[in-house]
Amino acid sequence: MLKSRRKFIKALLSISVYGLTMAGSILQSTMAQTPWLKENFSTGSFDQTMRRLFGAGDIIDSNKIKISRLPRVAENGAIVPITISSTLEHVEKISILVEQNPSPLSAEFFLSPALAVHVSARLKMAKTSNVVIIVQSAGKYYRTSRLVKVTTGGCGA
Amino acid sequence: MSSIKIRTKRRDGHTQIRLLITHPMANGRGKDKLGKAIPAKHITLLSITHNDLQILTAHLSASISKNPYFDFLLKEGNQGDTISISWTDNLGKTDSATYIIK
Repeated sequence: MLKSRRKFIKALLSISVYGLTMAGSILQSTMAQTPWLKENFSTGSFDQTMRRLFGAGDIIDSNKIKISRLPRVAENGAIVPITISSTLEHVEKISILVEQNPSPLSAEFFLSPALAVHVSARLKMAKTSNVVIIVQSAGKYYRTSRLVKVTTGGCGA
Repeated sequence: MSSIKIRTKRRDGHTQIRLLITHPMANGRGKDKLGKAIPAKHITLLSITHNDLQILTAHLSASISKNPYFDFLLKEGNQGDTISISWTDNLGKTDSATYIIK
């Protein structure tokens, strides 16, 4: 009786450990398997890039995405700091786009649940443009944007 | 010497991870002093693990500034935990660094 209970607990433990590692590896594989796609980063119009990245589906304007540190006027387009945070739950991906750059997509960040929704980076901006942030959360896309006036462009970013 | 500098800091119960990478992030549109085109050379892939568990993958373009800086907030994170960073650029060059949270 006792022995079988021990066996039972052992079996239970191994199953749960197995389950956890499985969940971990599934998560890792989704993050690792998304390759860097040249076409996503290619030069083209902002609308084309948006369509390629997010399809024709709805993008919801959201006030739950906060942009900070981004200046209203950037004297040097080569270094434009930005911090993005959000109170949205289950965030999978944050994309940063600069509307007027020759290749609009600047960066995509795939976050695991171990990270808070908070990313800082420094962008290059060719000229005055909207900086558009798209947050993917539970399969839906949320957007916020802000205009940055650029005095000196960032070497043809 | 590694091209990656990593620092961490406790912030509101989270661990802030800051990184600075030495890389030209050239977009291929620039020219040198002699008017010769500078070929594109920029990081495409950035990856961070926390105790061997992947916590971030980023796809980057050349419109990230030269010598890129990033920061992220790890929800947990204890003294002695390992943070590893690695990057790959469009020419296939890679580098990585490991940091132990102090």
